[in-house]
Parts: sequence; C-alpha cells; structure tokens
Amino acid sequence: MARKTAERIAVIAVWLAIWQLAASALGHGGLFLATPVQTLSALGALLPTAAFWQRIAFSALRILAGFLLAVAGGLLLGAAGSRWRGVRLFVEPLMQLIRAMPVASFVILALLWVRGDNLSVVVSFTHVLPVVYAGVLAGIADTDPQLLEMARVYRLPLTARLRYIWLPGMFPSFCESCIAAMGMCWKSGVSAEVIGLPDHSVGDALYRAKITLSTPDVFAWTLVIVVLSALLSALAARLLRAAKTRLCGEVRS
Amino acid sequence: MSIVIQDLTKKFGARTVLNHFSWTVERPMVLMGPSGCGKTTLLRILLGLERADGGAVTGVETPAAVFQEDRLCPQLTAAANLVLTGHGLTREEAETELRALGFGEADLALPCARLSGGQKRRTALLRALLCKDARTLLLDEPFTGMDAELVAQAAAAVVRLTGARPAILVTHDTAAAALLGWPVRQL
Repeated sequence: MARKTAERIAVIAVWLAIWQLAASALGHGGLFLATPVQTLSALGALLPTAAFWQRIAFSALRILAGFLLAVAGGLLLGAAGSRWRGVRLFVEPLMQLIRAMPVASFVILALLWVRGDNLSVVVSFTHVLPVVYAGVLAGIADTDPQLLEMARVYRLPLTARLRYIWLPGMFPSFCESCIAAMGMCWKSGVSAEVIGLPDHSVGDALYRAKITLSTPDVFAWTLVIVVLSALLSALAARLLRAAKTRLCGEVRS
Repeated sequence: MSIVIQDLTKKFGARTVLNHFSWTVERPMVLMGPSGCGKTTLLRILLGLERADGGAVTGVETPAAVFQEDRLCPQLTAAANLVLTGHGLTREEAETELRALGFGEADLALPCARLSGGQKRRTALLRALLCKDARTLLLDEPFTGMDAELVAQAAAAVVRLTGARPAILVTHDTAAAALLGWPVRQL
C-alpha cells in the first residue's frame, strides 16, 4: 500500500517536472503554458477572495441540482424502461441523441429556452440522464432472476423485494454510472457556463481569465474544477456505499 | 388438504420429462429417481414456476421451498434471510434453529455470501421449514453438501418442523430418505 502511494507520488512528481520544463521551454512568462508554480500562486490568490467561493457555490449548486434531477429522472425512466418495453423503445432514440450531441450545440440550443443562470442545470441534467438511465437499466437486468423466483414463491411484499433483491442487484451498476456522471456533469456544466457566461459562475471566471490572457488563472480554475469533480465523485461513492448498507440491510464482515 | 397431481405431462423439445404422471400427497413423502427424470421439473411446476404441457395440479397452497440452488440474499445474515421469508418468524426463533443445526455465534454474524456451502444449504432448508404461513413444503435435494452427521441433524429438523403438512422431499440419497422415515415414491 505504502509502496503504491510512493509510486503514485513519484509519477505525479515526474509529470509536474515535465510540465515545468515544457512551460519554461515555451517561455513568454507562462502566456501559452503556465508553470505549476504560477498556477499554484494564482490559486493562492483566488482562494482567500469571497468572489472565488461565491462562484464555486453558484456553479456547484446548479450543476449538482442538474445531477440530482437527472439521477431521479434516470431512476424513474430506467425502472419504467425495464418494466415496459414500449417505454424503452420510446426513450432510447432521445438518449442516443443526447449522448451523440456535442455539449456546445446543446448549450446554444438551450440558451434559446432558458436563462443563462440556469443553463448549467439543464446541461448537466441532460448529460447525466442517459448515463444514469443506462446504469439503472443494466443494474435491473443484473438482478438475480433466481432470487426473484424465490421472492415470488415466498410471497415477499414489493417493499421487501425492492429493498433486499432489486436494490442490491442494481446498485453496483447504478453507483458506477452515478460516479461517472458526477465527473461528466462538472465538465458539461462548466462548458455550458463558458458559452452562456452566467454572472458569478466558474465558467464565467474561466472565460474572463482567457480573454484577459491570464493563463495562470485559467490553469488555476481548471485545477479547481478537476479537484471539485474528483472530490464530489469520491463523496458520491461514499454516500452511495452508505446508502447501500442502510437500504439493503447489508451486513459488514 | 393434499397435493393432487393428475396426468401431468411436460416436454422439453422432443424429450418427455413427465409422462402422464399422477400422485396424491396427503402427508410428507419422499420422491426419488435417477438424475434427469423430472423431479426438479415437477417441483417447479408445483411451485408455478414452470408450465405443464398437460394435466392438472391442485392443493399447493402458500408453499415454501428449497430450490436446487440456495437462493439466499447474499448481503443478509442467515437469520435475516429466515426472518425475511418467515411471515412472522422472529430473529430469536431463527437463530435458535440455526444454532441447533450447528451455527456458531460467529457464523450468525456473517452475511450469507461468507458462509460455507453446507451452511448456506442448512439456511435454505430452515427458510422453508420455518416459513410460518407455508401449508405445503417442496424440498429439492435439501441435504446437498452436508456430511453424514449434519444430514442426521437436518433430517431430524425436517421431520420435527414439517409435522403433518403435505410435503415432497426430493433426494437421491437413500440413507437420508431412510432417516426421514417417510413413504417413498419413485419417479
């Protein structure tokens, strides 16, 4: 374990060194490629400001709202789709279309329908929905048919079937899709903000840094997005594990 | 109340598994026969999990079953599995019977996924025997994976907990069938 951590740290250190060398080689004071030191000092300057945290809160609230709505929608549609073939057939082309559509096209269309402030809600919702929907469908298909037969023979009520058979069966696939979707919703949500430019958003800050040629700020905001995405994915994984233990009556051994 | 099987026929493609089979089961009985002769298919038809090609079945009311596979919820303890299907069975009752079939305190705390094959089979057997609203018992090879001593204990539990309910216990183990002391029907 300690060896693996040391290896990982060493690899990251090597990449940081490559980054530093490349940025130094390009020169121009980090205009084209900010150095790690410039990025960290830009981040250090942003962190104590209220505006930084306001932007984080603004974007996080909207992107997470889109994520949660998509999870709820994905659960409902996935459950309906696996129960009724007609629903699956009806929904599938829409999901394929959303999956295939570039974020930029969707954002431009969405700007015609919603205010820029709420753009990231819509965009993160639409990009997470197909992922969660597919995860729920796959999870339900993975549910053990022998346990379902057992439940039928023993006349288990629907709530018990859901809690002890369906949920444990679908959770692995559902969790995987939610964790992947959490990363995706940040990417798509911030991309939407960069195009829609809602005031006080992370995307707006990223765009402003770009047009003022503040490359270290662009890197710092990008780093913030990556870290937030990773942290929230880890938090989602932890919450989902806890939910599984509680909801499915799982015994830890 | 009794299980009445009349003229039951079941085919899988060109192969006839049950050919105009009739049987009335008024009390616990053993069903024996060579592998592939249709014992499991018969139980699945009785449980409503398989459709017969001909004939009729009556009298299978609120059944409890041991399947060929254990079919336990892997994330739950053995006792929790019994309570789940027990229709009013308490955890204490479940644990008492599990202890009587050789479960230690450590085994009772484990999720079923971590139990041995024999322990899972005993749990599956007790699930059927302790289901409080079961009026019919259908037990498919319930002693699989148990050694002779455990088979004796399990057979005693089967006799005690089945009582006079109509039951069909499928086995190919003549020694186990003898321990039960129930009438035997060959298929």
